[in-house]
Formats: sequence, structure tokens, C-alpha cells
Amino acid sequence: MENYVIEMLNIRKEFPGIVANDNITLQVKKGEIHALLGENGAGKSTLMNVLFGLYQPEKGEIRVDGKQVAINDPNVANRLGIGMVHQHFMLIDTFTVAQNIVLGSEPKKGLKIDMKKAVREVQELSDRYGLQVDATAKISDISVGMQQRVEILKTLYRGANVVILDEPTAVLTPQEIKELIVILRTLVKEGKSIILITHKLKEIMEVCDRCTVIRKGQGIGTVEVSETNPNDLASLMVGREIHFSTDKKAAEPKETILSIEGLTVQDSRHVDMVKALNLNIRAGEIVGIAGVDGNGQTELIEAITGLRKKSAGKVTLKNQDITNMPVRAITESGVGHIPQDRHKLGLVLDFSVGENIVLQTYYQKPYSKGGILSFKRIFDKAKALIEEYDVRTPSHLTKARALSGGNQQKAIIGREIDRNPDLLIAAQPTRGLDVGAIEFIHKRLIEQRDQGKAVLLVSFELDEILNVSDRIAVMFDGKIIATVDPKETNEQELGLLMAGSKLEKEGAQN
Amino acid sequence: MFSSTKFNFIIPIISVVLGLVAGAIIMLIFGYNPILGYQALWNGVFDSGFFMSETVNRITPYILTGLAIAFAFRTGLFNIGAEGQVLVGWIASVWVGTAIDAPTILHLPLALLAAGAAGAFWAFIPGILKAKLGVHEVIVSIMMNYVALHLTNYLIRDVMTDNSESTEQVKQTASLTNDFLIGLTGSRLHLGFIVALFMVIVMWVILERTKLGYELKAVGYNQHASNYAGMKVGRNIVISMVISGLFAGLAGAMQGLGSFGTAFTNTAFSNLGFDGIAVALLGGNNPFGVILSASLFGFLKVGALNMSTAGVPNEIIEIVIALIILFVASGFIIRWALLQLKKGERK
Repeated sequence: MENYVIEMLNIRKEFPGIVANDNITLQVKKGEIHALLGENGAGKSTLMNVLFGLYQPEKGEIRVDGKQVAINDPNVANRLGIGMVHQHFMLIDTFTVAQNIVLGSEPKKGLKIDMKKAVREVQELSDRYGLQVDATAKISDISVGMQQRVEILKTLYRGANVVILDEPTAVLTPQEIKELIVILRTLVKEGKSIILITHKLKEIMEVCDRCTVIRKGQGIGTVEVSETNPNDLASLMVGREIHFSTDKKAAEPKETILSIEGLTVQDSRHVDMVKALNLNIRAGEIVGIAGVDGNGQTELIEAITGLRKKSAGKVTLKNQDITNMPVRAITESGVGHIPQDRHKLGLVLDFSVGENIVLQTYYQKPYSKGGILSFKRIFDKAKALIEEYDVRTPSHLTKARALSGGNQQKAIIGREIDRNPDLLIAAQPTRGLDVGAIEFIHKRLIEQRDQGKAVLLVSFELDEILNVSDRIAVMFDGKIIATVDPKETNEQELGLLMAGSKLEKEGAQN
Repeated sequence: MFSSTKFNFIIPIISVVLGLVAGAIIMLIFGYNPILGYQALWNGVFDSGFFMSETVNRITPYILTGLAIAFAFRTGLFNIGAEGQVLVGWIASVWVGTAIDAPTILHLPLALLAAGAAGAFWAFIPGILKAKLGVHEVIVSIMMNYVALHLTNYLIRDVMTDNSESTEQVKQTASLTNDFLIGLTGSRLHLGFIVALFMVIVMWVILERTKLGYELKAVGYNQHASNYAGMKVGRNIVISMVISGLFAGLAGAMQGLGSFGTAFTNTAFSNLGFDGIAVALLGGNNPFGVILSASLFGFLKVGALNMSTAGVPNEIIEIVIALIILFVASGFIIRWALLQLKKGERK
């Protein structure tokens, strides 16, 4: 018999109206990095919360080191040597690293907390696993990557043998991801086992030994990573073939829809973030704005949509001057906006999905007549869009907060496209989403283009820009410094441009 | 598993029971008989039509101040200024009730309107300051409470009367009292409860059925998303405060045109507005929940007056009320306990 440190056998977990986990089996060997792969909302987090004692399964059994256990709260999980690093860190900003780590199991000297001992122990642990954490630093002073290591240390301090990491790389920079991978390998070398919850295939291929796939709450199976490839994993995860490069026919750009002339925009500190920028977008084309975060992309979009004041310049939509219009007038004149931050701008999380579907149109007929809302009409529309855009939600009355990121985004995209705008602005539309949802969203953007709409795509992901755009405008320091054809460029060239170096073969646009 | 709506209902009920039990324990500790005490409390309300009517009169303004606070809460604001809005509403209703001659069909609505408008104006000031300058509404409205207290005292003493502590009675054409009801109960029972119940429906309709309510709630939940959707965030904050103040101002009219028929100088706050916070909290910020919690508060406050007949000091009821609020506020503990019980059953 194999030597499993954790076994979850035939787990079933139900919530009102939904089966989150159905017959899922996960077996983790000692000393391996085991990936748990699935789309957003497939039930990965639920399964891990069952293992961590936050939820009780309706069916199935859990074994730790071969012995059957009942984990009915996180303290039991801790005692069994299971530790979890959540996606959103649970740290107290004003405490030091050591204070955070010992919180709840403080070493004591009489009645007093023995802080010296705490610092020493934490520092020893950190050094042993090569985490390079300063035990006396304040949480608010250290980077996100460091904070994540503090979370890992917290589990180790509590004697974890198995560390669960929930989407650990979502918040990290590429450099930090590399460092995390080194840390994970060290942990395994020291005899720990790791469960990595992720939907990033690249990472699985790079660090994991085996991978368990779940899809729509069902256990699909476990594969050896060395015997598979990203394409197969993706198909397992979504249940069909996935095309990493999106098929599309050549663009047929027509008349100019959006024209930006000499636009200057300041951020809230009154620093010019967009500097005399010029840009045209025509009907039937997707213009991708490539650039490193913080080069004025956010301010540009906020200025076009009226959310931010323009200090100079002119914005024209279909020959209509929209420069100084309020947000609603701009929206009504034909702009759809899929915002970068869906929780802050795109949704009222405490409203139901149905109420969010009409966030831009609630005041119009037939949803509102004489100031009275027709919830029948609102919910009819919501049900139709939920169906059409494959928003997975128990019902249109479910709070938007309860949906997974991908489904929240689909609801927003459905809402914005359904208004049939001439210009569709998509800011980071696929951030944090899995391949299935990304493919879906890219298809929708291209569909809009094919219907003769102008699409403005802002993304920090070069793959996305190269795949989807018909024309790439590189933004650096508040200006468009080059416009290139995606077919004639590559990641290296774009990378250089984004860093501010000029293009030689063709003059910059302005 | 309980749904959250069920919790919203169960937690206040459990809190009330726990509050009463804790009150009984306190009575026992101090050597009083809790059964006799609570019996006196009950009899204090239900023994006579007179006291039942007094209780209704007590409940009526509680409903309105409860609505005021609940409405503000639901739209993301904390209107701690309901107290001051009650006072200005009270005096505005009495002013119109004493200074104007008109038939009832005009006079009474006008007096009510004046009360609502005065309360609304009093809430408009913190609203506009929050919308334009970002000043927190709690700070401004607490200060507005004191302004209202001293302003109304000044108006009564030096403007409406000649250095008297109380105005004259409002004219019968502006009064909420009704000969039929008085004859029936021999009490001061007035028609204000109809106004209060009507406003419960008004609040529900605004919040749950109108475009305005949708906007107000959206702004309360997420100002950024509301702005993105083209709503005017500042305007909605002001409207929300104004509607909340209108409810509180009407509570003042219940006193001015109903229970007392006059306005008098106060050395301290009436506490109607502050108690409204507790009413809203216990009622789960739901307009219909507010009816229930206001009823409980009215019942406890009136019944307590009779507890001294059982030799129990009526202050005990203030402790019970405080404990109920404490239990509601720590509702998550009750929720946790219920879930543990549920777990235990399944095993």
C-alpha cells in the first residue's frame, strides 16, 4: 500500500441549492507537492476548507497518516499537522512578524508573553527553511511576498506537516513567484508535504509532482505531472479542448469610433499620468494597450469613461464630443466599460446578481417606470443573461459576493455587452481567471469586434495583448510610444518597448 | 443550516428572552421576586384599556425614530441626530398647530408636514456636509442635537411664549387626538399610530420597490460602483439623510400633536431618538421588524411604571433593555451557539 499522509475519500459537501463537492478523492503522498487544479468555482476551496475543518462533509472520510479522523474545527486540523495559507492573508498589520506568528499559542513566562523566545523561535524556523523573514519587522512594512512567507511560517510554527496554499501566486510578482518555488522545494526536502491550489498550468508543470483535477464539483482524477502536458491538463479541467491562441479572422476596421486628442489626466496626487495622449480606435478592431502597470492606463480609462477629470485634450465618440460629459451621459452615448477592479467598481457585492445585471440600466424602461422598479422585468433580463453568459450561480437572487471571480466577471461582461455599446473598454478583463473563462471572454471580445464594434483592451498580460488585439499601442510614461502590428512583433520587442526604448523601424505615433 | 433571514429573526427573539432571564436573575440577586415583578410589568400594560392606550402612544414615536435610524443604516449612514430631529419636528408641529387657523383637513396635514420638513432640514445639514466636504455625519449630527435642544428651549421661552416653560395647546383642528378614541379608552390615545404604520409601508416601498431606493442602497454599499454606474453619490447621501430626518421629525409631531398637544422646554434629551437606535438594531433595520421592536420597547417602558407595586424598582427594566441590546449586538455568539447545537444534533 502507498504511504499517504492525507487521504480524502469520496468527499461530498452540499450547500443550499448547490453541490460544491461530489465524490472527490484526494490522496497526498508524503514529501510531494500535490496540485489541486480546477476552474474558478469548481470546488477547490470548499474541499480544502473541509480538510481544514471549516466545513463538515456530508459524506466521505478523511485519513491522516492512514488513520481515520474527524476534523470539526481548524484547531483539530492544526493538531493533526495541517496548516493552511489563505489567499487573503490573515495578519495583523500593526503587529510584528513574530507577534503574528505566535498569536494564539504564545510562549509564556509566568503571565507574560515571552517575546524574546518567540522572536528566537521564529527566526530559527525562518532560517531553517530559508525564508529570510525578519521576525521583528512590522507586517505593514514588509512586501506581500514576505507576508505570504509569514503565513507559511505560521503554519510551520504550529507544527504543520502538510501545508495547503490557496492560489499562492495570484498576488506575487514574477520574481517573488520564483522565490516561492524555491521555498516550496526546501519545505519538501525537509519532509513536509504541500497541497497547491491553483488554476495556473505553468506552475503545476514547473513544481508539482502530481495533480488532482476537479471539475464542477466532481473529482476527475489524479495524474503524474511528468506524464502530462498543459494542453491535457486544461482539457481535463474544463472538460473540452482548449485553444490557447484564439482563432480569429483578420480585422476589417471601418470608420473611427473613438478619437482621443492631446489628452492629459492627473491622478489624485495631481501628477500628470496621461500626457498629451493621442489614440484612435475604429469600428471593427481591437486595440490593445500594452504597458507596465502604472504608466497611466488606469487614468486613461477613467478619463474616457468620465470617472476622472481631464486637465486637457478632447475625447470624441462617433463625432460627438464627450470630453466633459458626466459618467452616465458617456455610458448612454455608447460606451461599455468592463472595469479593472470588479469588486470596487464593477459590482455592488451586497446586491443580488439580478440587481447587478441592471446596474447601468435600472433607471430605464422597462426596468423602471415612473420611479417604480419592475423586478419581474429585471429578473427576466438577469435570468436571460445568466444563461447566455454561463454565469454559474445558484440563482439570480444570490448575492454577487458569493460568486467566484470568473462568474462575477461573466456577469459584468454580459451586462456591458448586452447594452450594445459602440465602444467596449475592457480593462484587465481576465485577471485572476482560469483558462476556460479566459477563452470565453476573449471569444466575446472578438465577437464584438466582428459585429463592427470598437474594442479597447488594456492588459498587463502580453499573451493576452498579442492574442486578442488587431493593433497594439504601447503605453509608457503616459504616452503611446509605439503602435505595432501583433503579427509583426513578439514578446521581446514589446517588452523592450514597454520599458521605454524607442522603436527603430517605424516612428512613434506621437 | 439556518439561512441568514432566519437568523435575522431568531437572534432578536433569543436576545429578548435572554434579556428577560438575566433581568430575573438580577431581581433574585437583589432579593426581589422576579415572577411578581414581571407579573406587575405585564399587568401594568394589559390590566386596563388606559394603559394599553398609553403603551400604543409610547410605541408610535418609537416606530418612527426606529424607521429613521433603520433607513439611514440601510443606506450606509448612521443618523445619530434623530434626537435633535425629533425636537425640531416636535416644535414645528406645535408652532403650526397653534399659530394657524384652518380646517382639520388642511391644518393637521400641514402640521405633520412642518414636522417632517423640520426634521428633514435638520438632517440635511449633516447630509450636505458629508456629501460636499466629507465630514462624518455622526460628528455633525451629535452637535446638531445640542443645537436643537437649546434652540427649541429658546423658541418656547422667548418666541412662542412670554418666558413660559410650555406652549399653549395645539388647536383641535391640528390635533391627532380623537374624541371617539378618548371616549373608548379614557386615555390620550391618538391617531398617530396610523401615521406611523403608514410610514412603515412608505419606507418599505422606497427601499424595496423604487429606483430611488435602489440607488440609495447602492451608494450605501459601494460608492465607487455607484459612481461607475453614473449615480450622483453626494446627492444620494443628502436624500437619504433627508428621508431619515423626515421620519424622525414626524416622531416629534406624534408628541406635539398627539400625546402632549404642546411643546415644553427640556433640560435633557427626550431619548426618543437615541432609543430609536436600539429599536432599529433589534428590528434588524427592517421596517416591519421595527414595528415589533418598537412595540416591545413601548411595552417595557410603560409596564415598568407598575413594577414598583411589586416592590421592584422600575430601573430594572432599563437594565433588561440594555441587556437585550447587548445580546443583539453580540448576535454572532448566539449564531455560533445555535450552529454548535445543530452540529450536536446531527451526531
